[in-house]
Amino acid sequence: MTDTTIDQRTIRLQVNGRPVERTVPTRMTLGDFLRIELELTGTHFGCEHGVCGACTVLVDGMSMRSCLMLAVQAAGKSITTVEGLANGNALSPLQQAFWNNHGLQCGFCTPGMLTTLTEFLAHNDDPTETEIRDAISGNICRCTGYQSIVASTLEAARVIRDQKGAA
Amino acid sequence: MKPPYFIYHDPTTLDEATELYGRLDNAVLLAGGQSLMPMMNFRVANPDHVIDLNRIAPLSYIQCASDAVRFGAMTRQRELEFSADVRRVLPIVHEALMHVGHRQTRNRGTFGGSLCHLDPSAELLNMTVLHEGTLTAARSGGTREIAAQDWVDGIMTNALEPGEVLSAIALPLWPQGHGFAFEEFARRHGDFAIAAVSCLVTLDKAGAIARAAVCVSGLGPGPVRVTAAEQALIGEMPSHETFRAAAAESEKLEAMSDIYVSGDYRQHLARILTYRALERATKRGAERLAA
Repeated sequence: MTDTTIDQRTIRLQVNGRPVERTVPTRMTLGDFLRIELELTGTHFGCEHGVCGACTVLVDGMSMRSCLMLAVQAAGKSITTVEGLANGNALSPLQQAFWNNHGLQCGFCTPGMLTTLTEFLAHNDDPTETEIRDAISGNICRCTGYQSIVASTLEAARVIRDQKGAA
Repeated sequence: MKPPYFIYHDPTTLDEATELYGRLDNAVLLAGGQSLMPMMNFRVANPDHVIDLNRIAPLSYIQCASDAVRFGAMTRQRELEFSADVRRVLPIVHEALMHVGHRQTRNRGTFGGSLCHLDPSAELLNMTVLHEGTLTAARSGGTREIAAQDWVDGIMTNALEPGEVLSAIALPLWPQGHGFAFEEFARRHGDFAIAAVSCLVTLDKAGAIARAAVCVSGLGPGPVRVTAAEQALIGEMPSHETFRAAAAESEKLEAMSDIYVSGDYRQHLARILTYRALERATKRGAERLAA
């Protein structure tokens, strides 16, 4: 474009259960919106072209790449980032299982792993190891800590099943 | 790694979208964004206008009829993946979908977006050609239908005219109980395939092949039906010799080379994958016939 007039929109959405309203450039990605506008820096940007999976967030409960979505496309939606997975100071069963099983080393891929697996476990609370590996096939762990991530997920699934059984 | 500046449009009707697309210069259509967004982040795509189709709810549907399933172009790959109807009447589409990207990309990516982007080895493109599908192109003031075999105009170039928007895809159904198999080879699961082969068969009461469709992707700009193999299979009993002869036809297809993969290797993969697909499809056909 020849002129530098910035196309902007005012958007309203829910982020981690809270209503948010901001005016943003239309070219801003959802990930940049979360990190820069809302200062929710738990969502990580690795590759910014949809390969590494670190920026995965939940959009109306479904895992999606926040680098491949515009912030304006999230208007009216409910977004959950890694910051929204715990209940106050109580970690979710998946987060606790990552803690217990050394499911993270450097932590860069962790927000994407946790959001992706949160959606996965909501659909399948009794997964096989193969199914878990398939579920995280779109997430790259640069520490190569996949064994511990899979072990964490298996433990989380057990805890979730036990909680359901007790309820 | 940010998209360039553009003017954003989010029409809520197809008419509005075709009007904008027909009128604006250097405009792109944004479907699921799983290919266009990276291209904009890399500035490979540098549009002045982005027309977002995601607010056009009527472009997302799955309609099952007795002879075909019709899909809105904006139907997400996820909707196909979790549709019980698709799994029942188009089982090979479900099998192929499991090779499309990853869960996060299928949650957002669309059927029509994949067809328009036109990666040579895209699984849904293969499915459309395998089933002899029909694509509906909409523009201001009308629509036209394009046969799947006419859809690919060259490398990553589809048959849409300027101002046209893909609005729907129809896939004709094969008889209940047909055999099916999808095979592909990629360096990592979920990566772009180097080659892929799909196969549909029906068997007669004696177990011989009554009808066959074989579709090879990854050798040229788009999927190719191996008609020589399809014709030779008719009337044959499934056997090692039958599969081998048909697979040899796939190997004869012209194949492109690039810096990673030679044409010879693509042809080799086409032969191996055709054999495997036929073996699995006929086995399934026999099992489903007996059931």
